[in-house]
Amino acid sequence: MNTIESPNYMNAKKGILSWLFTLDHKRIGILYLIGIMAAFALGGILAMLIRMELIHPGQDIMDADTYNQVFTLHGAVMIFLFIIPSIPAALGNFFLPIMIGARDVAFPKLNLASWWIFIGGSLFAVFSMYAGAVDTGWTFYTPYSTKTGTAVISMTLGVFILGFSSIFTGLNFIVTIHKLRAPGLTWYKLPLFVWGLYATAIIQVLATPVLGMTLILLILERVFQIGIFDPAMGGDPVLFQHFFWFYSHPAVYIMILPGMGIISELISVFAHKKIFGYKAIAYSSLAIAFISFLVWGHHMFVSGQSEIAAMIFSFLTFLVGIPSGIKVFNWLTTLYKGSITFETPMLYALSFLFLFTIGGLTGIFLGALATDVHLHDTYFVVAHFHYVMVGGTVMAFMGGLHYWWPKMFGRMYNEKWAKFAALLIFVGFNITFFTQFILGSQGMPRRYYNYLDQYQPLHAFSSYGSWILGLGFLIAFIYLFYAAFKGRPAGRNPWGALTFEWETPSPPPTENFDKDPVLRHEPYDYDKVLVERTYPEK
Amino acid sequence: MNHKEGHPEFLAHHFAEPEQQHESAKFGMWVFLLTEILLFGGLFLAYTVFRSWNPDMFYNAHLALDRTLGAVNTVVLITSSLTMALAIRSIQLNRKKHSMYFLIATLVFAAVFLVIKYFEYSHKIHLGQLPGKYYTYTGIEGNNPHIFFGIYFAMTGLHGVHVIAGMIIISWILIRASRNHFSHEYYTPMEMTGLYWHLVDLIWIFLFPLFYLIG
Amino acid sequence: MVELVPEHKHHALPLRVYLGVAGALMVLTVITVAVSYVDFGGWNVVVALLIAGFKASLVALYFMHLLYDNKLYMFIFLSAVAFLVILIVFTMFDTVQRGRLDEIKDKPIKQQAEIYEKLKTDSLDVEHEGDSGH
Repeated sequence: MNTIESPNYMNAKKGILSWLFTLDHKRIGILYLIGIMAAFALGGILAMLIRMELIHPGQDIMDADTYNQVFTLHGAVMIFLFIIPSIPAALGNFFLPIMIGARDVAFPKLNLASWWIFIGGSLFAVFSMYAGAVDTGWTFYTPYSTKTGTAVISMTLGVFILGFSSIFTGLNFIVTIHKLRAPGLTWYKLPLFVWGLYATAIIQVLATPVLGMTLILLILERVFQIGIFDPAMGGDPVLFQHFFWFYSHPAVYIMILPGMGIISELISVFAHKKIFGYKAIAYSSLAIAFISFLVWGHHMFVSGQSEIAAMIFSFLTFLVGIPSGIKVFNWLTTLYKGSITFETPMLYALSFLFLFTIGGLTGIFLGALATDVHLHDTYFVVAHFHYVMVGGTVMAFMGGLHYWWPKMFGRMYNEKWAKFAALLIFVGFNITFFTQFILGSQGMPRRYYNYLDQYQPLHAFSSYGSWILGLGFLIAFIYLFYAAFKGRPAGRNPWGALTFEWETPSPPPTENFDKDPVLRHEPYDYDKVLVERTYPEK
Repeated sequence: MNHKEGHPEFLAHHFAEPEQQHESAKFGMWVFLLTEILLFGGLFLAYTVFRSWNPDMFYNAHLALDRTLGAVNTVVLITSSLTMALAIRSIQLNRKKHSMYFLIATLVFAAVFLVIKYFEYSHKIHLGQLPGKYYTYTGIEGNNPHIFFGIYFAMTGLHGVHVIAGMIIISWILIRASRNHFSHEYYTPMEMTGLYWHLVDLIWIFLFPLFYLIG
Repeated sequence: MVELVPEHKHHALPLRVYLGVAGALMVLTVITVAVSYVDFGGWNVVVALLIAGFKASLVALYFMHLLYDNKLYMFIFLSAVAFLVILIVFTMFDTVQRGRLDEIKDKPIKQQAEIYEKLKTDSLDVEHEGDSGH
C-alpha cells in the first residue's frame, strides 16, 4: 500500500471546530496528545532551568524564590498535566476502543467533556505562574501551603478540576471495557494494554475523589482558616499528608500501569513470541492497583506518624515488589529464545526493562524504615522517582508513541533518526539521574537551591546529562511531527502485530473498522500465526 | 451520527442495541456514585480523626444542634427518596402523568429540606457557631469546638450542594418528561437521576446520627 | 457486545415494597433518635452506625434496586465502602497511636542499666565491703 487510505478519521470532517467539538475518540486522543505534549515541553523546559541553576553552587540564573517556584511548577505540570493523562488519555483514548473492536468509548460526550475540563484545569494551573507562582513543591504540604503568599488556590483549583478529567476518563474506560467488547473477545483474550488501562481506571475512580476533597479542604483552610490542618487551632498538618498520599501514592500507579501495558505489547510483538504468563501479567496489574491503596504511609516515615503505622506501611510496601517482579520476570521470559528485532519501539521497551528495574529496586531501599530515615528528602528519592517515572512511564510512552504513530497518522517516521534519539535519551537519562543516586546517598537534600562544594562535580555531570536528554526528546518530536505529515505511508500492519488495531486501515476510518472485526486468534498467538504465514499452504 | 435502519431514536451509534446502552449507562452511574462516596469519604475521615481526638468536645458541641430539625429533615429526605423511586416505578408502568407528579413531589421535599437547613444555618451564623477563625461562640466547653463546626459545615454544606444539584437535574428530567421523552421503553436518564438522589439520601442517613445524635 | 435481548427486562416492583421500605426507614429513624438518649458509653456510636448502616442497606437494596440488578453494581458499591474503610482505618493506625514509642523507648535501656549497676555494686561489695559504690 503506497498511499494513505481515505476517508479516515482525520479528513472525515474539516475545520478546527470539527476537532474541538468532536465526539470521535481518536480525535479526542489526538487533542489530548497535543495538550500533554505542550505540558511536557513546558515541564521539560522548567527541568532544564533547574539543572542549569544547579550546575554551580550559589546563584547562576535565578534567585532562590524563583527556584522554589520553578521546581514546584515542574513537578505539578509534569505530574498533573503530563504524566497522569499521558498514556491513558492520549494513547488509551485512541486505541482502547479499537483494540476491543468497538466503534467508540461508552460515553463519547463525557470523553469530550473530559478533554475540555483538562484544558480548563490546565489553564488554572498555568495561570498560577502569573498570579504568583506556587513555591510549595507539587505536594502542597501544610502548614506552609496555608501560609505562603503565592497563588496556591489557583494551582490547587486547577489540579482539582484536572481530577474530574481523570475521573471521567477512568469511568469511561471501565464501562467501555466491560460493555463494548467485540463478540467473542473475552477477558482473557484482551490485549494486555487494555488490562493495564483497566487497572489504571480503577485507581483513577477510587483515588481521585479523595484528592478532590483534600484540595477542597486546603482551599477552605486558606480562605476560611477552618484550622483542621493548623496545629495552633487544634488541627494536624500530618493529616494533610494522609489525605494527599491516599491519592498520590496510587497516582504513581496511574502513571506506571498503562506504561507496563504498553511494554507487554511491545515485548511480545518484537520478540515475535507469545507473551509468557498472560494471566499473571493481567492479574498483577490488578494486584498492583489494589496494593497501591495500602502503602501511602511510606511517604511519611519521618513526618511524625506513629511507629506502628510506619511499620505496617513499610511491610505492605514490600508487597508491591511481588506483582512488579512478576511482570518483569514474565517479560524477560517472553524475550528468552524469541526472534527479537530492534525497531525503535523495542529499544524503548528494553530501556524500560533496564531503567524500571533500577527504579523499582531502589524503591525497596526507600520502603525500608531505617534506610529511609537516611535517604528521605535526598536526591536518592529524586533519582528513584525519575527512574520509575521517566525511565518507566516516559520510556513506555515513547515506545507506544513510536509503535502506534504509523497507525495514528498512517505514516512512518525515519527509523535512523528514531534510533539515534532513543540512544541519546537512554544515555542522557542515565547520566542525569544515576548521578543523583550517588548525590542522595552522600546526603544532598532535594529541593535545595544551594549546596556544598563537594557535590559540585556530580551536579554538573547531572546537568550535562540533562542537555543530552533534552536534545534526544527534541529530535524525537521534530521527526515525529515531520512524519505525521510527510512520512512514507506505513500500511495497515508495519510490525506484523496481531491485535485488532492493525487490521484496520492506517489511519483508521471514523467508525474504526472498514469491516466488522473478527477474532481469528488471540492477541499474542505468534507461534500459531507465524507458522501459518511462513507455510501458508499447510 | 448515522443510525442504522431499525435503531430507535435514543440509541447512540456505537451501541448494538438498547439493553447494552441502558446497562452501560447504569454501570457508569454506579462508578460515578463510587467516586461520590469516596469524595465524602475524605470528610468522614476528618470527622473520625477529630472525634477520636476530642470525644468530649464533640459531645458538648453536638448539643448545639437541634435534634428535632435534624430528625424532621431525615424524614423529609427519606420521603423524597420514596417519591423518586415511585416516579421511576410509574414510568416503568408507562404512567407518565403519575411519574411527573412524583417528580414534582420530590422537588418539593428537596426544597423543604433546604429551607429547614437554611434556618439551622442562619441560627448558627447568628450565634457565631462557625468554622475556624469565624468561631465566636463561647458556650461550648472543650478544646477547639470550632473544628466540630468546621467539619459540620463542610459535610452538610457539601451535602447541601448535592441536594441543589439534584434539584437542578430533577427539574431537567421533569422538563424532558413533560416533553414526552420518556416511556416504559426508555427512561434511562430518570433512573440515573434516581440513583443519584438515593445516594444523597443515603449520605444524609449517616450524617444525621454522626452530628445530631452523639451519645 | 451482549446477545440481543428482544424484550426489556425491567419490571416494576410492587408498590408495597416501596411503601414497606419507606415505613421501615421512618421507624428506624425514630429508633435511632430514641436510643441516642440512652447512655451506652462508647457503644452509642456503634449502635447509631449499625442502625444507619441498616437504613442505608435498605435504600441501596430496594430503592436503588441493588437486590435485583446485576451483582456487579453491588460489588462496585461495596468496594467504595471497603476503600473508605481502608482510608479511615489506616489513617487511624497513625492518629490514635502517636507517641507510643516515647513511652517505651527508654524502658529497656533503664533495665539494662539497672542490671549493670547491680552487677557493679555486687562486685564492689565483694572487693570493698561496706562501700555501696557510686
